[in-house]
Amino acid sequence: MPTLEIRDLHVSVDTKEGPKPILRGVDLTINSGETHAIMGPNGSGKSTLASALAGHPKYQVTSGTVTLDGEDVLAMTVDERARAGLFLAMQYPVEVPGVSVANFLRTAKTAIDGEAPALRTWGKEVKAAMADLRIDAAFSERSVNEGFSGGEKKRHEILQMELFKPRFAILDETDSGLDVDALRVVSEGVNRAKQNTDVGVLLITHYTRILRYIKPDFVHVFVDGRIAEEGGPELAERLENEGYDRYVGTGTTMSA
Amino acid sequence: MAITTDHTRAVADGAHSHGVVPAGSRAERKTSFDLADIPVPTGREEEWRFSPVARLQPLFAEDLGAGGVLTTVVEAPEAKVEIVGKDDARLGTTGKPGDRTAVTAWNAAQEATVITLPAEAVASDVTSVRVEGVTKDVTAQHLLVRAEHHAEGVVVIDHRGDAMLNQTVEIVVEDGAHLTLVSVQDWTDGAVHASSHRARVGRDAKLKHVVVTFGGDVVRITPDATFTAEGGEVEMVGLYFADTDQHQEHRLFVDHAVPRCKSRVTYKGALQGVGAHTVWVGDVLIQAEAEGTDTYELNRNLVLSDGARADSVPNLEIETGEIDGAGHASATGRFDDEQLFYLMARGIPEVDARRLVVRGFFAELIEEIGVPSVRDRLIASIEAELEKSMSVITGIAPAAAGEAEQA
Ligand SMILES: Nc1ncnc2c1ncn2[C@@H]1O[C@H](COP(=O)(O)OP(=O)(O)OP(=O)(O)O)[C@@H](O)[C@H]1O
Ligand SMILES: [Mg+2]
Repeated sequence: MPTLEIRDLHVSVDTKEGPKPILRGVDLTINSGETHAIMGPNGSGKSTLASALAGHPKYQVTSGTVTLDGEDVLAMTVDERARAGLFLAMQYPVEVPGVSVANFLRTAKTAIDGEAPALRTWGKEVKAAMADLRIDAAFSERSVNEGFSGGEKKRHEILQMELFKPRFAILDETDSGLDVDALRVVSEGVNRAKQNTDVGVLLITHYTRILRYIKPDFVHVFVDGRIAEEGGPELAERLENEGYDRYVGTGTTMSA
Repeated sequence: MAITTDHTRAVADGAHSHGVVPAGSRAERKTSFDLADIPVPTGREEEWRFSPVARLQPLFAEDLGAGGVLTTVVEAPEAKVEIVGKDDARLGTTGKPGDRTAVTAWNAAQEATVITLPAEAVASDVTSVRVEGVTKDVTAQHLLVRAEHHAEGVVVIDHRGDAMLNQTVEIVVEDGAHLTLVSVQDWTDGAVHASSHRARVGRDAKLKHVVVTFGGDVVRITPDATFTAEGGEVEMVGLYFADTDQHQEHRLFVDHAVPRCKSRVTYKGALQGVGAHTVWVGDVLIQAEAEGTDTYELNRNLVLSDGARADSVPNLEIETGEIDGAGHASATGRFDDEQLFYLMARGIPEVDARRLVVRGFFAELIEEIGVPSVRDRLIASIEAELEKSMSVITGIAPAAAGEAEQA
């Protein structure tokens, strides 16, 4: 069974004052088909974990390992990781002016699969996936993320997750900024992907509302650059009611 | 447009200028047909302060030859081509030279090539003027493109080869005419080219003026456009791509001398390699009597690698309050590593991702040019330029490591 395995991961971010340690020993194993939720206070390092896994050059891994089916992910370039089956739905998707969504999707799909998608079926597949996510067909001709609303950007991320069929997807606050309807539409997209491809999901969120649609198998509490507690779905409810007080301020201090 | 506009990042060596107001009004700039009125510049003058005057020196001389370029015109069936003496009364009607190269070009040229789109004719094909550099003899050239009243057509001036060329291009767009004039600078390395474009735009006439600069050591184009009657429209579009040690300068001047005319200026450039230098200066003057003027100018530069420098100076002078609209925008940005990361995180290799971003940067502009043959040529040239930078990137280091240093 495909497995994404994170062992004792330490990560620093490049700042003007030099490298600043953010992640302090993250351990996490995700098997395909599993959904893991990560919840934690602002600044605890959740996006840093997501970016480091995707290989963002600003983040330096100082120690630890990440493997995908035993393959060393950290030795791979950003694009190699994506082609190996890793997908990151970003908290703040980037605008790419002048590059149409249609062109972008086709180029990325070709890169990931190692061959161009069949012309006839690809167009239909994209159309259907856009319709499922309530994305207007006119978006095909628009520049990637340019002028998209917050919710449209998030739907565009999930559209890619459905089309690219990754083995592991990290969803960084895909639910934030979505209204109730959009939240449902996006959640359905994630669930479709889970059903169709058995993708393993790492879902970063602040709220339990998305977890009512996307059922997590495990919930991890992320505090000060590491996982402070693990549990089942019931842990999420408790966090939403009680907050993170019991984790913060004990032991290590907040770095933010 | 989401290119980075943080000026400190834009050019690492701090050599970026923006919005510097030139000394004195553009209206007061000395213009003359007389050599004695416009002396050889030192490089400190407002109009030369960004230019490599040493490399342009041969073009400042009073005596310039004529044999350095071979000019071939393939005209539309409706168009007329003549070679005339410099005493032809149709020459010199678009305004006086405004800087040293313009005045030496005017005085040195002994004859001129005149292309006429006759009154009310609609050209069925592009008229192409091929200017090929054949020797490095310093050469003066004079072209006049006339669109008589209600004529329509496209004229493409295509510069290739290696030359030392000092050129005048006069453009007359009579009442109701629609002219697209394209000047492509696709010189080989070593070429030095100065060109003064001077346009007159008549009542309800429209000029689309397109400049595309890729090749040559030093290219300095100064397009001036003046409206002579109401209802005129000028659209100036420019695209440039500067490599290592290339100097590409585009200085525009749109003179709103009469009421109710419209001008749009859009120039975009990319730079790569140490010593690549681009200069864009956009002067727009709205004179006191030019009520109802509508103008907007924009310049964007994309810096692809360290050691390149883009100067961008929009300058809007408004002498009347009764205008419809006037604005400008200028931005110079580093290649955006976040865009690169986003595309690579979707499996797209770095080389392809860079290509997508740069193509995207120029995409809208290429569509605006609207001349299919020029568009295809442009896309191919941009690809060729990118090929150069890709070999640099792929030659140095693994993608991830190379990017980490730049971030
Ligand atoms: N470029 C940077 N320079 C300085 N500090 C940074 C940089 N990037 C991240 N950090 C710091 O790293 C810490 C973790 O940030 P991160 O974005 O991973 O948090 P998060 O858990 O995703 O927070 P949120 O819930 O607000 O999204 C924060 O304290 C942040 O300020
Ligand atoms: Mg975050």
